[in-house]
Amino acid sequence: MNRLKYIICIILIMSNIISVHASDHQTGEKVDAKGIVFHHIQDAYEWHITAWNGHHISISLPIIVYSKDTGWHLFSSSHILHNEGQTYQGFKIATEGDYEGKVVEIKANGEEIRPFDISITKTVLSLFINSLVVIAVILFVARWYKKRGPDSPAPKGFVGFMEMFIMMVEEDVIKSCIGKDYKKYSPYLLTAFFFIFINNIMGLIPVFPGGGNVTGNIAVTMVLAICTFLAINLFGSREYWKEILWPDVPVFLKCPIPLMPIIELFGIFTKPFALMIRLFANIMAGHSIILALTSIVFVTASMGPVVSGSMTAVSVLFSIFMNCVEVLVAFIQAYVFTMLSSVFIGMSRVEAHHK
Amino acid sequence: MSLLMPDSGLLFWMVLSFGIVFFVLAKFGFPVITKMVNERKEYIDHSLVIAKEANEQLAHIKAEGETILAKAHEEQNVILKEAAATRERIVREAKEQARLEGEKLMAEVRQQIKMEKEDAIRDIRRQVAILSVDIAEKILRKNLDSEEEQMEMIDRMLDELTGSNNQ
Repeated sequence: MNRLKYIICIILIMSNIISVHASDHQTGEKVDAKGIVFHHIQDAYEWHITAWNGHHISISLPIIVYSKDTGWHLFSSSHILHNEGQTYQGFKIATEGDYEGKVVEIKANGEEIRPFDISITKTVLSLFINSLVVIAVILFVARWYKKRGPDSPAPKGFVGFMEMFIMMVEEDVIKSCIGKDYKKYSPYLLTAFFFIFINNIMGLIPVFPGGGNVTGNIAVTMVLAICTFLAINLFGSREYWKEILWPDVPVFLKCPIPLMPIIELFGIFTKPFALMIRLFANIMAGHSIILALTSIVFVTASMGPVVSGSMTAVSVLFSIFMNCVEVLVAFIQAYVFTMLSSVFIGMSRVEAHHK
Repeated sequence: MSLLMPDSGLLFWMVLSFGIVFFVLAKFGFPVITKMVNERKEYIDHSLVIAKEANEQLAHIKAEGETILAKAHEEQNVILKEAAATRERIVREAKEQARLEGEKLMAEVRQQIKMEKEDAIRDIRRQVAILSVDIAEKILRKNLDSEEEQMEMIDRMLDELTGSNNQ
């Protein structure tokens, strides 16, 4: 308890110093907390790391676009990013309209159209880094096993921890939800679990290699949900399709108007859709809350030292609390995604009922 | 609403990178780990069974050894008992034999003593006879110094002899 008191005291003192500094910088300028939050959880063409003495330190990322008229273009985002409305090779960042914040192509007649854009954005780069981390971690663990036979003693340290983790997912989630054919699906489900988990955790690290809002982006969760959708439906048993197209209900519910089959078919799509939204919303909300809490420091900076100091302490304490919760959420969401995917796959493997 | 609209570029990269991650991990990552863990599990189970069997065998061997030991003890006891009996018998026999031999010896000695005694008695008798004859002679010689005495003696003896012959 004593140690906790010390920590809180230090936070209070530190927060006062920070808030005084912040108020020096922010005098008169209104802080756009909503803008900060949205800027973070949305994608960007550069990776803003920090601001130092008024200079923004950021990594310019490559823009890769394909225009129907002029073909492929590859250039650094620094050409079009820093001055509003600047064009480069006929492209610029849209400042308004449907494509606000995105790269658009300016036609000869002044019309702005969206080219096929596969730029390496901040989220894409985070995705790459996190994918490499996932591969590195798992292959590092796998290498340990490649060098040894089954008669060697169980691993210790990190490999042992990962083994426990992997086997926990495999035994408790995949095996128990799918049943006997689980081996066919376990590589996908394990990959999904560790991919989501590591992306979530990396998203919580506030400095450069982490901090990207990857699993809080709907495109990412959509791909994951589509993979689960395919895993469910490509290998569905006959009984599964029979239950969808000709379920065991009174005939009038399915004969003249196929009421139940329509509901069931709809259900095929709602299951992965729910997975997609759940993961996306949880992670995005987590990032938003942490950022919003951090923004309190700057929002209250202009309200005088007492208010801003105390609010800063509150903000820091809440941020710590929320970060702890988010670590838990990172695990829970990966777990839930994997578990529900397993459950749905298990449902698609049903055998005919023995009566 | 832009939050809820998946971006095509990100979709593309996500499909690509997740595909690669999935491919790499499904080929070189998880199956290696899970296979090895399952193999180890089987190995441990197998080893446990073997250990149990070995334990049973050990117990069996131990029991066997104990029975062998017990049997050996029994045999030892029997042999010891037999040996004791044999020893006693030998001692007894030897004693018997010694007794018999002793008796025989004693008998012989007794016999010899007897014979010697008889010899001695006979010797003594002869000596006594000789002595008595000598004494008698000496007495007779003294008494029969005179002629008449001698005659008288002869007559009396003749009378005695005839008298005893007549009777």
